[in-house]
Amino acid sequence: MSPTITTAGELTVDEPPGSPVYDVTVVGAGVVGAAIARELARYRLRTALLDAGDDIGNGTSKANTAILHTGFDAVPGSLEARLVREGQHRLRAYAAETGIPVERVGALLVAWDEEQLATLPALLAKAERNDYHAARLLGADELRAREPHLGPGALGALEIPDESIICPWTTPLAYATQAVRAGVHLHLNCRVRHIESGDDAHTLTTTRGPLRTRHLINAAGLYADELDRELGHDDFTVTPRRGQLIVFDKLARDLVDHILLPVPTAAGKGVLVAPTVFGNVLLGPTAEDLDDKTATGSTADAIALLREKGRRILPELLDEEVTAVYAGLRAATGQEDYRIRSRPELRYITVGGIRSTGLTASMAIAAHVADLLGGSGLDLGTPHELPPVTMPNLGEAFPRPYQDAGLIAADPAYGTLVCHCERVSAGEIRDALAGPVPPHSPDGLRRRTRAGNGRCQGFYCGAAVRALFEEARP
Amino acid sequence: MTRHERTVDVLIVGGGPAGLGAGAELAASGAGRVEILEREQTAGGVPRHCHHGGFGGRTIGGGGATGPAYAESCVAAAVRAGATLRTGVTVTGWAGPLTVDTTAPTGLERITARAVILATGARERPRSARLVPGSRPPGVYTTGELQQAVHLYQQRIGTRAVVIGDEPVSRAAADTLRVAGVDVVAMVTDRPAPKLAALTRPSGDRTPVLGRTIVTALTGRERLTGVSVRHQDGRTATLRCDTVVFTGDWIPDHELARRGEVTLDPGTRGPAYDAAHRTDRTGVFAVGNLLHGVESAGVALAEGRAVAAPVLRHLTAGDWPTGRPAVAVDSPLRWIAPNLVDPDGGLPLRGRFVLRTDRRLSSPLLVVSQDGRELHRQRLLLPAVPDRPFHLRGDWLDRADPGGGTVRVSVH
Repeated sequence: MSPTITTAGELTVDEPPGSPVYDVTVVGAGVVGAAIARELARYRLRTALLDAGDDIGNGTSKANTAILHTGFDAVPGSLEARLVREGQHRLRAYAAETGIPVERVGALLVAWDEEQLATLPALLAKAERNDYHAARLLGADELRAREPHLGPGALGALEIPDESIICPWTTPLAYATQAVRAGVHLHLNCRVRHIESGDDAHTLTTTRGPLRTRHLINAAGLYADELDRELGHDDFTVTPRRGQLIVFDKLARDLVDHILLPVPTAAGKGVLVAPTVFGNVLLGPTAEDLDDKTATGSTADAIALLREKGRRILPELLDEEVTAVYAGLRAATGQEDYRIRSRPELRYITVGGIRSTGLTASMAIAAHVADLLGGSGLDLGTPHELPPVTMPNLGEAFPRPYQDAGLIAADPAYGTLVCHCERVSAGEIRDALAGPVPPHSPDGLRRRTRAGNGRCQGFYCGAAVRALFEEARP
Repeated sequence: MTRHERTVDVLIVGGGPAGLGAGAELAASGAGRVEILEREQTAGGVPRHCHHGGFGGRTIGGGGATGPAYAESCVAAAVRAGATLRTGVTVTGWAGPLTVDTTAPTGLERITARAVILATGARERPRSARLVPGSRPPGVYTTGELQQAVHLYQQRIGTRAVVIGDEPVSRAAADTLRVAGVDVVAMVTDRPAPKLAALTRPSGDRTPVLGRTIVTALTGRERLTGVSVRHQDGRTATLRCDTVVFTGDWIPDHELARRGEVTLDPGTRGPAYDAAHRTDRTGVFAVGNLLHGVESAGVALAEGRAVAAPVLRHLTAGDWPTGRPAVAVDSPLRWIAPNLVDPDGGLPLRGRFVLRTDRRLSSPLLVVSQDGRELHRQRLLLPAVPDRPFHLRGDWLDRADPGGGTVRVSVH
């Protein structure tokens, strides 16, 4: 079966008039929506996945800290704590199966003053309450031995050995790939404008025409509150919380071995320094509550603030070149928990307030939503196993095509490097452009291959990569 | 399937003017098997996409070729001399002191040489490295990307552009934009705008230059819509445009040097090197804009040629100096190259050091001293200007103590 992915034109209706087109429609193809679509693909349902953007994972999911959390610091007993804990295990196993890069680098919550140091035992106890038992306290000397480039004044740390880094781009792509291969329809550039709810179906008016669905799942991220209000619910308001981050050059990667977390304060979780699976070092995020859901720009003040914090944590980091600066918006709701709610009588489930832990929890959220759906009058039937999917490895800690003599012998395109900074071959770019969920912009290609993602930001390869993209554009 | 292991006499990493110049001269001098590796599909380096003239005025007869012609002549000279030039071959790392790993469509190799010459060039810092805030829409270029897009790929650029920078490369970018049918609405520089800028330009280009002005943000989502700027006196404006080109602000492409633990000079950010182009790693030489982002292609070519003699000497004698004193500059000087004292008493190219300054200096007095002892003083007749080379004579080098401390160059 060839996957159904549409990006333009009217949404086609190939059923007798009056009958719902889809059993379930998921609005929002971020990491959470894509995970839900993948979960539903296991059942005999007609499922649609919609997104306003031209790609999956194109909002909050593409611009985060890319950490696979243990949930050690979640609010004990919360839904988020449970789904993060469970989601972490599911995603770790899934990543191993599919080739999504994960590195278990561990985290160190570093105390920079006596007050922070005094907080660590309470955080250790909280981790225990969250059923996380591998955390332990480190003294200043051991901390220094583990992170020799740390700035002066670190007094101790809480070690969370299982905190990991993960590829934020291949994860939703793997979900979406499996979902569309199993028959889920993916409709991009498809913004929901209005919803009419009847007795047996919702009619969605989208920018690409009407779509009917029996069940509706709201995974619209920053816009989940607005979609809720379309159906007459006013439970919460999403306040976009901007996180700005600086990506440092790969030559900085040797400076840091763990995710370096600050001790959380009343002001928030604070600024971290973390390696990325692409071999860079991240500094961020900021936490700025905004009212504009499109304000993904960076600001001079935030960059200055991050540099000041980074200088304290890892002074040598600031001497390294900056590869990228970006900002993402988390869907904060003013509540310390996810806002997942099923309204069986309306055949409607809201999956709101999925903040920075959404990537980690995505698979558990999806399973939870499938349970809720089963409880809201939809006969899911028996799930079947999805055919496995293998994702291209974007991670620096695992063999990449340019290092694989056998692969290059079989296909010299994998030995033809196009993006030199990231060592992306013509073969990988070709594969991504011909993939089951192909990119619709050079940016989408970048998230599938790393092409153009490196220190030169296109000085060498920008034009060549764009030429390959244009050539393959249908 | 594994790596094919080979040995050569001299391995040159980078097939731009510097690497090609070194290859040509070494092959002609009987250095044995001389191999040049170029990661692009075509050798020639940055001149390949500089379609303006003025190349090689000094080294190739006449008033200067276009970049592509110059690149071709460099390639032809190296090949004619007997150097092996391999394109589409990327050096991916070190496997030993003088051994590198490579990737090419033909497979993986591990090449060991008796001497390695790094000639990996320089690039312009992109918008992100300059920490320019704002959104991240399409339409943001460096000169290098712009020239490739226009001259190598004939891509559509946009309609209205702002150029960041006011140096020769910035004007090359503006020319490329005009060739592509793009209006250049302004050039923006944090430095004072040259007086009568429009009149001093041979092209008659009348693009306004906004001096003492910095970029505070880029705006736009699907496409760039404007560049917000702030003048030193506090005035702000947003220049409406769909294209912006960040020019100049060069950084040596030093990844391979750093991965090989070659010590870098803090000023240039390229490998620290002496007049014989020796780094602090035995057998590893460096030439061209990897050493100083950025000198002209002619200088890079000349450096490549000049490295042949010391490389041949090293292949015969095998010795390598240690503990050379550094040559360093005091602010507002930005960097000096070469930046290690050559204990053999060799002089740099054309007998002089090249320098850069962070701000304009009118007929500055340069003073060279070591361990409190003055070695040399020299007044420059012309002003020293940011982003333009100026020079310091090297004839004081024999007075420097090769076992002494850092040699400092300051402005009085």
